[in-house]
Amino acid sequence: MTIRNTLQDHGQRYRPRMASLKKSEKVLLEMQDPKTGLKSQPQRLVITTIPHAITGEDIIAWLADRFQVDTQEARSFGSMLVALGYIYPLQDHKRLVIKPDASLYRFQTPYFWPTQQLPVEDTDYAIYLAKRNIRKKGILEMHEQEHYNRLHKWMNHKWDFIVMQAKEQYRAAKERKKPDRVVFDCQERAYWVVHRPPPGTVSAMDYGLDRQIDPNSDEAVTPDFYERIMIFTQQSIMRPRVKSSVSIGALVKYCATYNNHDPFLSNCLPSNPWITDDVTFWTLNMPCVEIPTKMRVERWTFSFAELLSDTRGRDDFRLFLKKEFSGENLAFWEACEDLKWGKAASIKEKAEHIYKTFLARGAPRWINIDGKTMEVTVKGLKHPHRYVLDPAQTHIYMLMKKDSYGRYQKSPVFKDTVKKAICPDEHRFSGAQLEQNYKKRRPCLSPIILRQMEQEQRAKMAANIDITQLCRFTTPVPHLAVYSGFTDYPTATASPSLTFLAHTPACPSPISVALDSTSVSERRVEEAEGDGNPAARAPVGGNVSKSRMALSLRRLLKGGCTPATMFASLSPKCHSAAGTSSRIQPISPDQPSQAPPRRLGNFFQIKVDIPPECRIYPIESEDEEEESRAAFRGGVGAKEIICPWESLTTQNGTG
Amino acid sequence: MLLCLHIWFLEVVSNCSDDGSHAKDHHLSLPVSTGDLTTSAMGEMEELRKEMENLKDQITAARKTFQDSTLQEAAAGVTVVGRVQLKTRKTLRGHLAKIYAMHWGTDSTLCVSASQDGKLIVWDTITTNKVNAIPLKSSWVMTCAYAPSGNLVACGGLDNMCSIYNLKGKDGNVKVMRELAAHTGYLSCCRFLSDTEIITSSGDCTCVLWDIETGTQKTVFAGHQGDAMSLGVSPDFKFFISGACDFTAKLWDIREAECRQTFGGHESDINAIGFFPNGNAVITGSDDATCKLYDLRADQELLTYQDASIMCGVTSLAPSKSGRLLLAGHDDFNVNIWDMLKAERVGVLAGHDNRVSCIGVSSDGMACCTGSWDSFLKIWN
Repeated sequence: MTIRNTLQDHGQRYRPRMASLKKSEKVLLEMQDPKTGLKSQPQRLVITTIPHAITGEDIIAWLADRFQVDTQEARSFGSMLVALGYIYPLQDHKRLVIKPDASLYRFQTPYFWPTQQLPVEDTDYAIYLAKRNIRKKGILEMHEQEHYNRLHKWMNHKWDFIVMQAKEQYRAAKERKKPDRVVFDCQERAYWVVHRPPPGTVSAMDYGLDRQIDPNSDEAVTPDFYERIMIFTQQSIMRPRVKSSVSIGALVKYCATYNNHDPFLSNCLPSNPWITDDVTFWTLNMPCVEIPTKMRVERWTFSFAELLSDTRGRDDFRLFLKKEFSGENLAFWEACEDLKWGKAASIKEKAEHIYKTFLARGAPRWINIDGKTMEVTVKGLKHPHRYVLDPAQTHIYMLMKKDSYGRYQKSPVFKDTVKKAICPDEHRFSGAQLEQNYKKRRPCLSPIILRQMEQEQRAKMAANIDITQLCRFTTPVPHLAVYSGFTDYPTATASPSLTFLAHTPACPSPISVALDSTSVSERRVEEAEGDGNPAARAPVGGNVSKSRMALSLRRLLKGGCTPATMFASLSPKCHSAAGTSSRIQPISPDQPSQAPPRRLGNFFQIKVDIPPECRIYPIESEDEEEESRAAFRGGVGAKEIICPWESLTTQNGTG
Repeated sequence: MLLCLHIWFLEVVSNCSDDGSHAKDHHLSLPVSTGDLTTSAMGEMEELRKEMENLKDQITAARKTFQDSTLQEAAAGVTVVGRVQLKTRKTLRGHLAKIYAMHWGTDSTLCVSASQDGKLIVWDTITTNKVNAIPLKSSWVMTCAYAPSGNLVACGGLDNMCSIYNLKGKDGNVKVMRELAAHTGYLSCCRFLSDTEIITSSGDCTCVLWDIETGTQKTVFAGHQGDAMSLGVSPDFKFFISGACDFTAKLWDIREAECRQTFGGHESDINAIGFFPNGNAVITGSDDATCKLYDLRADQELLTYQDASIMCGVTSLAPSKSGRLLLAGHDDFNVNIWDMLKAERVGVLAGHDNRVSCIGVSSDGMACCTGSWDSFLKIWN
């Protein structure tokens, strides 16, 4: 059984974009209404009288009156009717437009309307061309002649039939009355102008590309089809809804709120770059500007989402949170976004970093989420994917929205921003200036470059302000207080135990547990070694410089170094490593290699974690070199301990 | 997943119809072709059809109970917009054939356009310079998209593939980074979620979420019964909406991979679709020469944008920054500007010499770009 969906039969038969033809036909019938329609009269054209002709200006006037539009729109509407072949011009028959003057038009007979779906066949066209060729004795237009020749070649097998048909039609036409004949000729000509347009003209019959699914095909309706719809409908009936007054109210309010921020509806300051060719507006509204504009700051108050979507707004909010000591919420939110949209390969690593920084018990930036969400999240982190942090992120988002955002808007930080925000004066360019602006236009910066700049700036800011953010190599350690800042930096004696703790499974990250028993840092070291870590394979000369570095670090530590920027870029773990080396590493040459090599290797190797840009060497001085030389003279044993980058196997071999 | 659904259908049928087991048996033995159906099966089908109609009535009733006000009422007190007059500020010349699609980058000055001369052009619109002109393997291109990061552009068409191009290549070379092939119909629309994910809609009635890095399909969104013509991603990137030639629009949850809502009401193919800027409503543009606004939260149609003098189908649409204006491109070479709240026509952009095929408002709302079959792009403001 087949059910033909009558709705879908809109007479387009693989012809997309033609569904609206029925509407134009309705208008056309109205136009031809004897009472309210257009008045037509016989018109003399050259030597023949043509019945029911109308002038272009009449058509336009009628349309303008009917639809209450201005003449310009009425004209384009009329032109559309001409282009579709409902009305055809009598004089300039190749230009399918309505001219607002006394030029004459006629209504096409419904037989030739596009909705009749006459198959536009080449055979018919060939007959038409042949007929004209007979009548006008070879005077075809250029493109028609080309068509004619081509069709002749293609349809050679039935050309006799075509010529015969053409002759027959010609004879039949001669027997008609002259006005009838002229009218029919015009109609036919108009039909072919629409369907076989001269080159270079726009054809309204151009449907674009065919649809894949034939809209008129008989749809195979199986019970399955109904069932699918029923299931879905049943679900839909149960879905929660909001009263329309509420949701509509929100839409109206949104429009009202953003009305002044819509450049189509209100002016923008200082000027619209599209009008003045002056890009000050965009410069002032760059993602990372020092001082935002008033309008931008105003947008931050509209909604929390608006604030977070603007990088500058987020910076401002971050500053506020920092003063409230709750910066970890925003940092967590950003880390989640980063995880969600980042590369698939980095998901595992990022998830682990997020876990260690924000979620693990006693993590350096422990976020405050309820136990249930935490449980779900931690469980999910065993097999991390893009959306694994969604529940936690939503929780934190709502927390910030409900709590911090309100206080932010009342905070001195925000008030200060509002006070500082600039309100640029409107540009008043003279004609000459505008011309100059036009000449001075420069291509905009590529977003790729812009983002790089932004990232650089961000990195710079992070190094200056947010020290804790860079503690990314911290393994979670139960007592958070020790690690919360560099002023509480663990003393040299405490550090070894700490490092060992880091490697005991006191608080293993779920990921590394899920993976296998090796901790990630170890794995990473293995990878690094596999890559041919230059330090690991460096000759003795290289060792000297490395040990020198360890020494210089030690010196720095001894000197009671305060948390300078350099430390900000180093992880606590590498401090502890350096600290330990300072403790174990004696100057005396006969240092026994009493420290268990495996352990040492382990915690030294963590040093590999330091990103290369963090390896800042203090300026070397003479005595340092001496010391290092002394250390080097220390022999094999000393070398083992001092050189953290020496591979384990070598250590074992020599030790 | 389909199989699961199938089994579920069976269960539901056996639960809700009186002769459940009977229906189930029949269903399993039914041939795919409908020609061999017995009369008893036809009676059964009739029953199913009635049941479906019944459910549809129920949903209409359910929707009605929440319809306690209309947009006309709510917008009655809103100030009138007045006539909106935008002028052509720039004309981007360079394509040699019909332009089928354009998409703005996130930075409001760069945009990408696709034309059937087989070129994908990235424009610096303020200087009207071409940043990149990318020759395509298949010239039958129907859609293009600019990634939010600005690193990638994508296009596709009758080659049934979505090709991703990397703009960040060394020494300015733009290379095909990935060709996502699995659709069995032409590609009608594509939109990036990020540098790693893209959603495509196709003539094979499905939409697909792709993993660009691996080039594999992550999710297939099947449910439309006609060519899917366009899609729009919600501002929070959690949902997308697709419009199709079965006259319906469907809202999909990207993460859960399921259809959340279906909206009917149009009388012809939906060619264009988009979200209201706050993400709580969608706008559709159809071949029946109307646009409609649907509210997602109240789950119903709010308004129809139509005019007796507009005869031609809608090809493309875009809301303005505030959502107050709706710009709709039509087959009749014009773009109509509507007051979204009052459903009144407040302006016309006339300037193209052929069908307007695509339209986009830049992310800062400063300008709107139209592309046409006359091979030009115009920037209006």
